[in-house]
Amino acid sequence: MIIDPLIEWEALPLAVVLSSFVPGIAIMFLREDQQLLRNTLNLVGAVAKVLFVAFMLQGVALGGTYAWSLEVLPGLALTLEADALALLFVTLSAVLWLVTTLYAIGYLKDSPNRTRFFGFFSLCVTAATGLAMAGDLFTFVLFYEALTWTTYPLVVHNGTPEAVKAGRTYLVYTLGAGTILVVGAVLFQVTTGTVDFVPGGIVDPTAAAAQPVLYTTIFLFLLVGMGVKSAIFPIHGWLPTAMVAPAPVSALLHAVAVVKAGAFGVIRLIHSLFGIGVSWDLGVTTVVVVAAAFTIIYASVRALAQDDLKRILAFSTVSQLSYISLGVALLDPMAHVGGLVHLVHQGLMKITLFFCAGLLAQTLGVKTVSSMGGVARRMPLTMAAFTLGALGMIGLPPVAGFISKWYLGLGGLGADAPWILGVLLASSLLNAAYFLPVIRTAYFDERNADWRLPESLKGLEADWRLIVPTVITAALSLGVGLLAASDWSPLGWALLIVERGDL
Amino acid sequence: MTSFELWTTVAVFGPLMAALPALGGRPYLLRVGLAFGSTSTLASSVFLWIGVATQGPGRHALGGWGQPLGIELWVDGFAVAMLTVTAVVGALVSLYSTAYFADLLELELEESPGGRGARHFAPLWLLLWSALNGIYLSADLFNLYVTLEILGLAAAAMVTLAVTRQATVAGMRYLIVSLTGSMLFLLGVALLYIEYGTLSLEALSALEPTGPLPAAALAAMTVGMAAKTALFPLHAWLPPAHSGAPAPGSALLSAVVVKGSFFIVVRLWFGVYGGGSPEALTLLGLLGAGAIFWGSILALRQTSLKRLIAYSTVAQLGYLFVFFPLMITESGEWSADAWTGGVLLALSHALAKSAMFLAAGNMSYAVAKDSLSAISGVAHRLPMSFFAFGIGGLSLAGLPPSAGFLGKWLLLRSSLEGGHWGWAAVIGAGGLLTIAYVLLVLRYALDRKEEKESMRQVPNRMEWAALLLALGAVILGVRAVEMVDLLLLNGAQPW
Repeated sequence: MIIDPLIEWEALPLAVVLSSFVPGIAIMFLREDQQLLRNTLNLVGAVAKVLFVAFMLQGVALGGTYAWSLEVLPGLALTLEADALALLFVTLSAVLWLVTTLYAIGYLKDSPNRTRFFGFFSLCVTAATGLAMAGDLFTFVLFYEALTWTTYPLVVHNGTPEAVKAGRTYLVYTLGAGTILVVGAVLFQVTTGTVDFVPGGIVDPTAAAAQPVLYTTIFLFLLVGMGVKSAIFPIHGWLPTAMVAPAPVSALLHAVAVVKAGAFGVIRLIHSLFGIGVSWDLGVTTVVVVAAAFTIIYASVRALAQDDLKRILAFSTVSQLSYISLGVALLDPMAHVGGLVHLVHQGLMKITLFFCAGLLAQTLGVKTVSSMGGVARRMPLTMAAFTLGALGMIGLPPVAGFISKWYLGLGGLGADAPWILGVLLASSLLNAAYFLPVIRTAYFDERNADWRLPESLKGLEADWRLIVPTVITAALSLGVGLLAASDWSPLGWALLIVERGDL
Repeated sequence: MTSFELWTTVAVFGPLMAALPALGGRPYLLRVGLAFGSTSTLASSVFLWIGVATQGPGRHALGGWGQPLGIELWVDGFAVAMLTVTAVVGALVSLYSTAYFADLLELELEESPGGRGARHFAPLWLLLWSALNGIYLSADLFNLYVTLEILGLAAAAMVTLAVTRQATVAGMRYLIVSLTGSMLFLLGVALLYIEYGTLSLEALSALEPTGPLPAAALAAMTVGMAAKTALFPLHAWLPPAHSGAPAPGSALLSAVVVKGSFFIVVRLWFGVYGGGSPEALTLLGLLGAGAIFWGSILALRQTSLKRLIAYSTVAQLGYLFVFFPLMITESGEWSADAWTGGVLLALSHALAKSAMFLAAGNMSYAVAKDSLSAISGVAHRLPMSFFAFGIGGLSLAGLPPSAGFLGKWLLLRSSLEGGHWGWAAVIGAGGLLTIAYVLLVLRYALDRKEEKESMRQVPNRMEWAALLLALGAVILGVRAVEMVDLLLLNGAQPW
């Protein structure tokens, strides 16, 4: 049977949101021992989401749109709109939610409070996909704030004093900035009379030119709100602390969903609200570019000094996230392509790295680099995946990260800012400086922690539910780089967004 | 055609009639009374909503005796909004109370003061409900005074139902404050009558009261109502009273009873006096801001669960006065955003706070204690109550999706529209403080250190009542169009 993807099935964006919301709520009502039902609900929801998204991808590629809305207050509606830009983020979230669900089921087997964990996990994904498809600023803020409180229980999931402290830090940063975001959003509505996201921006250039101070203030308010989740210096401090959460949380949320929500917000702010032209005229993109460039270098330097594997990855996330903000804030279409595509590429590579960190911690109890000596002999698949992800982060072809950096570099030249190349180069060197020692330790050092080589090499090195997702995301990181020229690769999609003027 | 005659009468006298069988004291009579009272108010709010939406606000003279002699009832969007939310909260708390008091009702009347309290809850609450609906529907000041007095007496009695020393003292204190407030109100009524010779709200509003005597009247009535609404700095009576009552009583006192006097203040300032003076409105707003900060800070310092929630009420009531100075814009227009935002916050507070008090009631019911440390680990046993508390707290803090979020969005919009950055900062900062004390409770409840085996089983009905109220705040936060339309029926001026 052939389904025409162009039929405008309005409820499809809603279906995407509900496919994680409904299982999430249902799971909350389950008993702890109803494991099979819980996992089924989770996986059915995750598969359904991927199918819905795949359906919409075809439709949007052919020029269709999907929109659904519900009036909340007179003149303010909950609006879900699946355009090409929204789908870039939604596809990433949907695919990675599916693999992470499998991973989390394996990772948390026999641990307490799984009902709560999976319930909130699904709600987080709901909020992330909701804000990805938000058709206006009101809807975006609604889901963005919801993402904050749904993530909190996952950060403090272990219940240790350390986790509680990290949770507090997380809330202080995100809710504080969230309040500023709400004020900024209301101010935007009061000033411009609208909250709609429109490709190319909705702010009237003459109005912005007439009141530069007011518009700059609004931009900066919104930037603080978005910047906190995107971990732009100096409001990045919560992210490394939040690493006390279980590995699947760090993997999906703190490498993809939550932080990308911030990065995606920066994209919406610059391109769908103000427009890149107005932003440049106001001079606010300079703030973004400088802050992002500084964050890239600063976080990499901080990563050098860490021994805890997850903290290295966290600082690496802080650094890599700013590639996105940097790219979309430059006045050059190639830079935009680089920023957009990095949204996906960084997600794939970083989730792989976090999966590996979780595997090492869960299977061998290895959490620090200094105790990683020789782990590659015990866990060859894991370390192969890790190496692939790390090389991608450094930007080695043909892994995904190279494509991002290539386009960002082109964009830097196109925007007449060759110093961007210097930042990229320095960042790559720093990435190499903190990732290569990890790889060397794992492959060439002697065993220096309390784990044993298996007596026989039969079977997998760990639970298959942990290995399979890791291998999939590692393969994807390589695949999207190798097949970047295809129309359906993230690069192809990012080019489509920019060429069509959907940004 | 909706009959305003019929349904206003049902709203006011339905609960009063229902109180009669409940006086019988037998458990099934109490249930009959509560069921009858709930049904009549729910039905009247549905029909009055339809009536007001289709036919516009209406007036009805009881028994055909109109002004100046008889009792007149007045139905507008504001009244229906308050009536409806009170009905929803009231019905669910009534349902809750049948399970909450079930054990105590088994006790012999003579032997146990607790059993006496349990028997008196239903008739008292039904009387109180009738008085509240009377306030919402009153068209003149004398009716307002009478219903206010009944409300005050019934509410003070409800505090003492727990029959502890502290509760009795708190109840007496509440009674004194309440009576003083009523006296001040009566003084204002008398002054207005001397000046204008009428007590009809509509007639007074048409006369546009100005001058020293009406101003003195307004001042007296406002101080009286502020005391009854526990507006900072007249709030000291509230925490012991609201935390001293049994759980369903606390929920009702905090969620709807204080809204009765709040309703009157709004009617007076924006209905009768057409806004009063900007300076006075600013003063009320500043007191509201003081309440938000002082109440939240004290909430953070409590060791008792119910006291913490009671201080949160002090703080949240502050929001209901912060919108006062925003009501009239620089250009002299009424601000629809301030009006709908302010009332939406009042409605969401009613739903959220009742949910939180009931949830807290469930937690202390399970562990038979009210201290924060005693509820440690309760979340794992009572997940529904835990979520009810969390969702209620979410709405209080103004986090989406909740009616509190929409209310704050609207209030922020009205303050930023007029360039009032100070009010915007107060609204924003209040939300962060709210999160702090809500989280304090959730953290205790989640604590795993003390695993108690001997927790008392909490009836399902009690858990569901709390959760449904909390979900009410969420539903109103996803779809508030009808509510806002209702509030704007006669434009942004709440009259």
